[in-house]
Amino acid sequence: MLQVIGVSKKFGQKTALNSIDLNVSHGEFVSILGPSGCGKTTLLRILAGLEKPDSGKLILDEKDITQVSAHHRDVHTVFQRYALFPHMNIFDNVAFGLRCSRVAEPEVKRRVDEMLELANLSGQGKRTVTSLSGGEQQRVALIRALVNMPKLLLLDEPLGALDLKLRLQLQQELVAIQRRVKTTFVFVTHDQQEALNMSDRVAVMNKAKIVQLGTPLEIYEFPKCLFVANFVGNINRMDGKLRQDDAGRWVCDVESLGTYFVEPTEENKVAGQPGALCVRSEKLSLFSRKPSTVDNVAEGSIRALTYLGTHTQFDLTLKNGTGIQVFQQNTQKTAKKVFQAGDKVFVGWHTAQSHYFTGNQLQ
Amino acid sequence: MIQGLRYRRFSGVAWFWALSLVIAPLLYVVIISFMSRGAYGGVVWTMTLDNYLRIAEPDNLAILGASLTRSVGLAFVTTLMCVAVGFPLALFLVFRSGRFRQALFFLLIIPFWTNFLIRTYAWMVLLSDNGWINHLLEKIGFGPQALNWLFTPQAVLIGMFYNYLPYMAMSLYVSVEKLDPKLLDAAADLGAGPLKRFFKVIVPLCGPGLAAGSIMVFIPAMGEFVIPDILGGGTSLFIGNLLAQQFLVVRHWPYGAALSVVLMVLVGVCIALFEKYGNGSKEDLLA
Amino acid sequence: MKRLLEGLGVFLIYGFLFLPMVVLVTLSFNKAPRGITWEGFTLDWYSKLLNDQGILDALNNSLEIAFWTTVLSSLIGVAVGITKVRVPGWRGLGISKLASLPILLPEIVQGLSLLCFFVLFAIPLGKFTVVISHASFGSAYVATLVRARLKAMDPLLEEAAADLGAHERAVFIKITLPQLWPAVISGALMVFTLSFDDFIVSFFTAGVGATTLPLKIYSMLKFGVTPEVNALSALILVVSLLLVTVAFWHQRTKVAEGA
Repeated sequence: MLQVIGVSKKFGQKTALNSIDLNVSHGEFVSILGPSGCGKTTLLRILAGLEKPDSGKLILDEKDITQVSAHHRDVHTVFQRYALFPHMNIFDNVAFGLRCSRVAEPEVKRRVDEMLELANLSGQGKRTVTSLSGGEQQRVALIRALVNMPKLLLLDEPLGALDLKLRLQLQQELVAIQRRVKTTFVFVTHDQQEALNMSDRVAVMNKAKIVQLGTPLEIYEFPKCLFVANFVGNINRMDGKLRQDDAGRWVCDVESLGTYFVEPTEENKVAGQPGALCVRSEKLSLFSRKPSTVDNVAEGSIRALTYLGTHTQFDLTLKNGTGIQVFQQNTQKTAKKVFQAGDKVFVGWHTAQSHYFTGNQLQ
Repeated sequence: MIQGLRYRRFSGVAWFWALSLVIAPLLYVVIISFMSRGAYGGVVWTMTLDNYLRIAEPDNLAILGASLTRSVGLAFVTTLMCVAVGFPLALFLVFRSGRFRQALFFLLIIPFWTNFLIRTYAWMVLLSDNGWINHLLEKIGFGPQALNWLFTPQAVLIGMFYNYLPYMAMSLYVSVEKLDPKLLDAAADLGAGPLKRFFKVIVPLCGPGLAAGSIMVFIPAMGEFVIPDILGGGTSLFIGNLLAQQFLVVRHWPYGAALSVVLMVLVGVCIALFEKYGNGSKEDLLA
Repeated sequence: MKRLLEGLGVFLIYGFLFLPMVVLVTLSFNKAPRGITWEGFTLDWYSKLLNDQGILDALNNSLEIAFWTTVLSSLIGVAVGITKVRVPGWRGLGISKLASLPILLPEIVQGLSLLCFFVLFAIPLGKFTVVISHASFGSAYVATLVRARLKAMDPLLEEAAADLGAHERAVFIKITLPQLWPAVISGALMVFTLSFDDFIVSFFTAGVGATTLPLKIYSMLKFGVTPEVNALSALILVVSLLLVTVAFWHQRTKVAEGA
């Protein structure tokens, strides 16, 4: 439905987008996730028509819209600060787009009222937008865009200004509305939790490029590079060298710590290559004695532990000096601590739970 | 900014205004300062340096020098007085006036909204030999007509100070208002006494306001000729009077133009100095 | 003690500021034609004033000039303000620099340069030249306010409007202009007062036909003061007081509404 083909953009010397390719299908909820300055907002502004790409193409429903200006595109945006028009009431704000395209006034009224209902704002059209709460402003901004029935709706960190609780509630509301109207959503955020919660697919961006595109599960469990693994969730890294052992299995030698089994991808199977063995914090287990039930074990000591309600966070120093974090679910209601700071412990994991990155995956 | 939006028409109007009503007249003055005077006071289009050479003649130079000194001196003293009174006033309004703050600020700008000729005339009435001030002084026991200030430099200074104080007070008020009172608390907490707080915290932070206020007072004060005319009785010549005389009475425009070029250069230097040391232009303050 | 001294100082400053006003108003009701001794209450000076054709003509001229100056300055000022903020490159930057000249230069320099300029093009001096001259600095003041307002405005608003399908012109009329209104209104108010009060520039550019009120007052001051001037001053004072109060109150309620 939407195809972004080789879109690049530079601002002066700085590359904001480096040959971006992205396909979004009809009715899909796609998030663009990345740290600030990664180019995600530029991509969104190019989709909206507020910036022109230096090269590349945008195709919306088989039509090339690269040169079509913002006000002629069937693409609307919910802006970060909502950008509600302060001199108009709610109704006039929502009706703005329809009136711009000269829809007859009875039709405007019908459609705006319908949308106000969708946003739980029925009968409140006469209120001034300055009197609205953050959540209400966000909903008005959403329906102001949706009322025009865009083919594509862009959302630029629309929940960023809200507090955590309201944000979680609005995340669900937003998804519910999206399912109802079946409009294609492209959602820009720097919050990984938000992206994983809401999206059908997530595009992770870094340094002007999309580094991985996939479902939330793929992004989290099968990150293609260290950046994605790090940006989405918490991951521990142990540097070592890859080799094949006598049985032909691939192992990673971590200096003054141990040798661990890894499952490198085909192109990563280069013996002698330095790489990083990575395991997510919640996938590590702690043992007071050296276990025999797990594939890999590393030795270390507890530097600090923090009780966090659902889980406890252990900060460990491994034998070779590497610092790692381990999360353990607090499944039992117990005051008794099994582990204390300073304890010597063993960390274990199964080979399938680990990742192995090498070469430019480490960037 | 939207790339589709272009502001060509606005830019056209703006440039038409700037070129035809701002730049061209000033440039024209510079041009005629190099021309000759016609027999009946008009401008004759022959290039000459005579006007500038005439300025350099000892007699004329003495007159110009005296009037410039007077003007700059008057402007300087006026500015100093305005700062000396305006700064404490602004501080008082912002930090001490409490719920009367708005009302007091409002009162401050009222005189500013009445015609300045009328304000100046009022001082003429007050300062005259049979004026209120002399009556008051007589009542206290100073004898009849103790103060003969009308048509003296003191009267001019009072009139100038009276007219320009609101400008300075307002621009200082605006910048003191932006000051975070927590900074003063912090300074006091760190052991700074009132004087130290004033000079080390308030003055540096109000620099732009001070510079803007000074520009607003100093530069117009330098070109002022009406107040000296009314309250000074036209007894001493200021640069403004000199210019008005050349243009309206003597009607030697090229020479007058040369004199105004001198004034313009002086003003330019002053603005540059203020901007350099005030780290902020008037525009930024008004914004 | 310290508070008392402070209070006394402020009281003295305000006394100094208002003393002349009080004097003028009092004298305007004084029967004595000369001097300042109180000889009883009278409204004679006011009725004389209202029958003085010269003053009424001057007032009329001043109002007419201030009105047209305000219209012209508002139009040009909006264009200049927008150019300062929105036009990229030297076109915008140049205007930013040039537009501060009329505010910074001494009025006398502006007055005499405009005089020379009008004479160069043989434009007869009169109301027209005064309006043009006043608009030359009035526009700069409006532009300053428009610029400040534009700078404070969220650029997203215009983008949002374009995104929702509004064309360039529609964005300007429906979004930008309504946002600029407060700046234009206060700018217009300011220019009206500046023009109405202006003496120096008018002094150079008015010629004989267009005596404004300040010019009239000046000539009265120079050639024989009559108590009519007191009455006139008192009237102007009251009217300005009313206008300022309304403007101030208007602004305060606006602020209270959070607009």
